[in-house]
Amino acid sequence: MDEIPVTIEVNARERRAMLEPRVTLADFLREDCGLTGTHLACEHGVCGACTVLLDGAAVRSCLIFAVQADGQSVTTVEGLTPEDGTLNNVQQAFWNNHGLQCGFCTPGFIVSVEALLRDNPHPSDEEIREGLSGNLCRCTGYQGIINAVREAAGN
Amino acid sequence: MKAAQFKYHAPTSTLEAVTLLTDHIDDVKVIAGGQSLVPMLALRIARFEHLVDLNHIEELRGIRLEGDALVIGALTRQSSAEHSDLVARHVPLLHRAIPKIGHFQIRNRGTIGGSIAHADPASELPCVALCLDATMTLVGPNGQRTVRARDFFVSIWQSSAEPDEILSQITFPVATDASGYAIEEFALRTGDFAIAGVACALTLDANHRVEEAAVAFMGMGPTPMRAPQAEEALLGMRPGDIDNEVIARRAVQETAPGDDVHASGEYRSRIATSLAIEALRRALEEAQHG
Repeated sequence: MDEIPVTIEVNARERRAMLEPRVTLADFLREDCGLTGTHLACEHGVCGACTVLLDGAAVRSCLIFAVQADGQSVTTVEGLTPEDGTLNNVQQAFWNNHGLQCGFCTPGFIVSVEALLRDNPHPSDEEIREGLSGNLCRCTGYQGIINAVREAAGN
Repeated sequence: MKAAQFKYHAPTSTLEAVTLLTDHIDDVKVIAGGQSLVPMLALRIARFEHLVDLNHIEELRGIRLEGDALVIGALTRQSSAEHSDLVARHVPLLHRAIPKIGHFQIRNRGTIGGSIAHADPASELPCVALCLDATMTLVGPNGQRTVRARDFFVSIWQSSAEPDEILSQITFPVATDASGYAIEEFALRTGDFAIAGVACALTLDANHRVEEAAVAFMGMGPTPMRAPQAEEALLGMRPGDIDNEVIARRAVQETAPGDDVHASGEYRSRIATSLAIEALRRALEEAQHG
């Protein structure tokens, strides 16, 4: 099948690739960019592990074909992390509050929480729960994650 | 869990998109936000030789007031409409319904028109469109036509749009001071499809009697469903004289809920009755007191 040239700015760096239209943004990030921080579990929009920022908006990268993101800008969990290898505010809060166990879902949570707190810096508990509802975690029981968001928000 | 191969088209005008649909009419699908379509492609419940992506068609975007109607471009993201002052002020039922759709990450990508065109009987926007008598504008090779919501939803995932037509905009009547609106739904988890849900729109006349009434259900049949007999029974009534439970029971009797793994039809009816009682109460309250 015909490949299409695609240019996407990923974490402030321009990436070019020839892609089949059916390649998802998530697969492009992982396989063409080598950015394996974006995780794939369900691959049909349920789990939220693949959440990235597309032109600043949190979206599921498994539900967008990479060709659709041509000319747009993507931020992955790698792009939210300080270059010196330390943790950012939200990541540190997850660490401090047992907001992760196996860590598989964590990149999706981090990206979602970054968007959540950007748009609503001091969410109520109800808003935190609502904001986390699009990401599944099978380990923590969510309480540690909720506590992490509270801490990151300075609540 | 990967979509089958397809050819990708990214038109920049509605006309160009319609031409592409016409050219590939045997095996083509429109993609907008893709939040329902891409899962179906990934699971290979559906596959198409051609996908026509509407995301580059600027003329399909936007929210504007036209007289006593609010016109929403089909490609408008759900999150844009959710945070639109025009929607909040003029179509409060839509404003209240959108946060119930999926999760914020889904609404950032999903579109108003995409959800309506997808015609899922359990989703919020088709139910709201039906409740408010919204009008869909379809653009095809022979020009454009309008279809009222009651004629638009045909069956599960089926609308009366032809395969070479594109839903370009949805026209909602604006709310008046004497109107009240409510939407209630029950889902097992936030963001899940509702087991059942109901939207209610009521308008009182100068004598404080019900002048217009609409009760529409989601998840209670193969399409979103109105309850015309219950609506008729509301007309001319004073809010204080309305027995919400009697009306709700009558309304639910007009639906056709099915059994599936999530709930039996009987259970859906019980849930829908409770939801309808609450929706009627809230809509009446708002119509009386604003």
